[in-house]
Amino acid sequence: MKLKEETSDILVIGGGAAGCYAALTLAAERPERSVLLVDKAGIERSGCLAAGVNALNAYITPGHTPEDYADYAAADAAGIVRDDLLLTMSERLNEVTRRMEELGLVILKDADGNYVSRGWRNIKINGENIKPLLAAAVRRAKNVRVLEHVDVVNLLKAADGRIAGAWGIDLREDAVCYFRARAVICATGGAAGLYRSNHPGAARHTMWYSPFNTGAGYAMGLRAGAEMTSLEMRFIALRCKDTIAPTGTIAQGVGAPQVNARGEKYQAGYGNTTSERLYAVVSENLAGRGPCYLETQGITAAQEQSLERAYLNMAPAQTMRWRETGLGPRTANVEVEGTEPYIVGGHTASGYWVDTTRQTTVPGLFAAGDVAGGCPQKYVTGAFAEGAYAAEGAACYAAAQEVLPVPTEAAAAVRARVERLREQPAAAPLFTVDALEEAMQQVMDEEAGGITAGYRYTERQLAAAAHHIARLTRLSEGLRAEDAYGLLKIFELRERLLVCRVLIEHMKARRETRWHCFAENLDHPAREARYEKYVNSRLKDGRVEIILRDLVKRGQHYEHTLGN
Amino acid sequence: MSIRLETEKCIGCGRCADVCPGNLLVIEAGRARLRDARDCWGCTACVKACPRAAIFYTLEASLGGAGGRLYAENSRDTLTWVLRLADGEEQRIAVNKKQANDY
Repeated sequence: MKLKEETSDILVIGGGAAGCYAALTLAAERPERSVLLVDKAGIERSGCLAAGVNALNAYITPGHTPEDYADYAAADAAGIVRDDLLLTMSERLNEVTRRMEELGLVILKDADGNYVSRGWRNIKINGENIKPLLAAAVRRAKNVRVLEHVDVVNLLKAADGRIAGAWGIDLREDAVCYFRARAVICATGGAAGLYRSNHPGAARHTMWYSPFNTGAGYAMGLRAGAEMTSLEMRFIALRCKDTIAPTGTIAQGVGAPQVNARGEKYQAGYGNTTSERLYAVVSENLAGRGPCYLETQGITAAQEQSLERAYLNMAPAQTMRWRETGLGPRTANVEVEGTEPYIVGGHTASGYWVDTTRQTTVPGLFAAGDVAGGCPQKYVTGAFAEGAYAAEGAACYAAAQEVLPVPTEAAAAVRARVERLREQPAAAPLFTVDALEEAMQQVMDEEAGGITAGYRYTERQLAAAAHHIARLTRLSEGLRAEDAYGLLKIFELRERLLVCRVLIEHMKARRETRWHCFAENLDHPAREARYEKYVNSRLKDGRVEIILRDLVKRGQHYEHTLGN
Repeated sequence: MSIRLETEKCIGCGRCADVCPGNLLVIEAGRARLRDARDCWGCTACVKACPRAAIFYTLEASLGGAGGRLYAENSRDTLTWVLRLADGEEQRIAVNKKQANDY
C-alpha cells in the first residue's frame, strides 16, 4: 500500500453536520488556519442527514430562552445531563439556524418574516438538501481542504499525551494516510449496528440511524485514553413499523394521538419523555393491547398529501409504502414500533466527556455532534452549535502549538500493521466479518437489552454479553482483507466490538433503572438517588475503568483539571 | 431497504459512487456495481444523483414491498418522484424545493 502524509493546523474527522459546521466556522473566523476535513464517504450525503431532515428540532422560539431548552433536555434525560453544555449549545441554536438560511436552507416564514414553528422548539424547513448545501459551502472555503472516501482509524498522540494527528485508509487510492495536526476535532457521529436491527437479512440496514456511523470516534477516543460519559443512556427510536420512518412528523404535524389496538389513548398513563413514549408501546404490546398506532384515520386529503411530501424529503420509503399498499394515512392508522438501541450523543448524553470548549480529556482533541456526550437533544442545529464551539476551541488551542514532529518510522510501522491485515493466510479464516458482526448483534440483542429482550437485561445477562464480546473480539484478530474496502469492514467491526465492550461496563455500573427501555436493569428496577451521577469510563492499561462523577447543575460549569 | 441498478442505462459517470454515504457503489468496467444490497440504508442519495434514472429504490419484501420502483427526476427547483407500481401504473409526485414542509 502507498503511504500518504498530510499536515494541517486543524484536522476535522468526519464531514457530517458537526464536522462541516466546524469547518465553516474555521473558514469564517480563522481564515489563516489550514483545515483538513476528512470523511469516510462523500460530504454531499455522508452522515445521518443523507436522506434529508424534516424539521429543525432545536430552536429557541420567541418567548422562550436557552434555559427553557436546557430544562427540557434535562427533564427528558432524568437529570443526567451537563447543564453547562446544554446552555452553551442552546445559546447558539438561533445563530446557526440563521447561517443555514443564508446558505440556502428553505425555512418556512409567516407574513411578518418570522420562522413558523411546529412546536415551541421546532421550525419548519425543506431539509432534503441540507447536506448538499453544507457540502457546497465547505467546498467554497479557501482554507479548508476536503479529503473524501478516507476512513480514519486511530488517533496519534505525542509522548507527552497531546494529540498529534490521526491515521486512516484511503479507500480509493488504497493508501495508508498519516495526518499531522496541531489540533483535532472528532465529529464521526454515534454508533449503529451494535444490536440486531428490526429487519435482519435483506433489509438489515433499514434503521433509524446511519448504519455507516459505526462508533469510530468513540473507539478511537477510548484507544487514545479519552474519557467517555453516559454510554449506558442508549437511544431507541419510536418509528413507523417496517419502514423505520419518523413518527414525529405525523404526531406533531397532524396532531395524531397514539392509540392501542382497542383504540385507547394510552400515553397519559406513562409520562411523556422520549423513553416513556417508547416504554408505553413496549408495555402495551406486552399487556396484549398492541399493536400501537398513530391515529391518522380521517385526516383530510390535503393533510395526507402534505405528509406524503414531507416523507419524501427525509424517508421516501414511507410514502412509497402508502402508495404501494393504497392504504394512505387517511385510510389506515400508522403502526409504530421501537428500533434497536443506538449510542448517539445528539439524542441522549452518550459520548466524549468534554469541557465547555468541547475539548476532550486528551489535550488538543475536541469533539462535536453525536460523538460528544453530556448534551442530549442536540438534533441538527445543536450539532452545528457544538461544531462551532469545537472549531473555536481547536483554533485557540492550535495557536499555541507547534505541529508535533512524528517520527517517520511511526508512519511506516502503521503501514506495516495495516499491510499485515492484507496477508492472506495459508488456510482461509474460519469466520467472516459478516459472521462476527451477526454474532455480536445477536449477543447484544439477547443479553444486553435489544429488541427481542424488550430492551431489558439482568446483571447475569450483561456478564454473558461481556464474555461473548471478548470472545468475538479475539476471533476478529484472525480477519483478513483483500482490499481497502475489506479493511474498512474489519475496522468497523472492531470499533463496534470495543463500543459494545465499554457499553456493557456502563450498563453494569448504573445499578438502577434511570430510564425505561434506554437502560432497563431488571435487577434494579427503580431509580436510586446514589446514581444521580454520571457514569464515565476510560481504557487504562487495557481495562475499562469506571468513574462516577458528580452532576454539573445550573450555575456550575466543568473544566478539565490536570491529571483528571 | 435497498436500491437496484438498471445497469444497461448506466453511463459510468460515478455520481452515485461519490454520494453513497456507505461507499457501497463502485464503478467497474464503466458501470456502477452495488457491493451488497443488504448494506443499503435506503437514503436514496444515489437515486437522486443519477442523471439517467438508472437507479431505483424498492421496498424489500420484509418491509411490505409489493414490487414497485421509485425513481427521482432532479431539476433545479423540483424533485419529482416517479413511482412505477408492479402493475405498470405510474404515479408522479413533484416536490418544490423552495417550499418548506407543511409538517
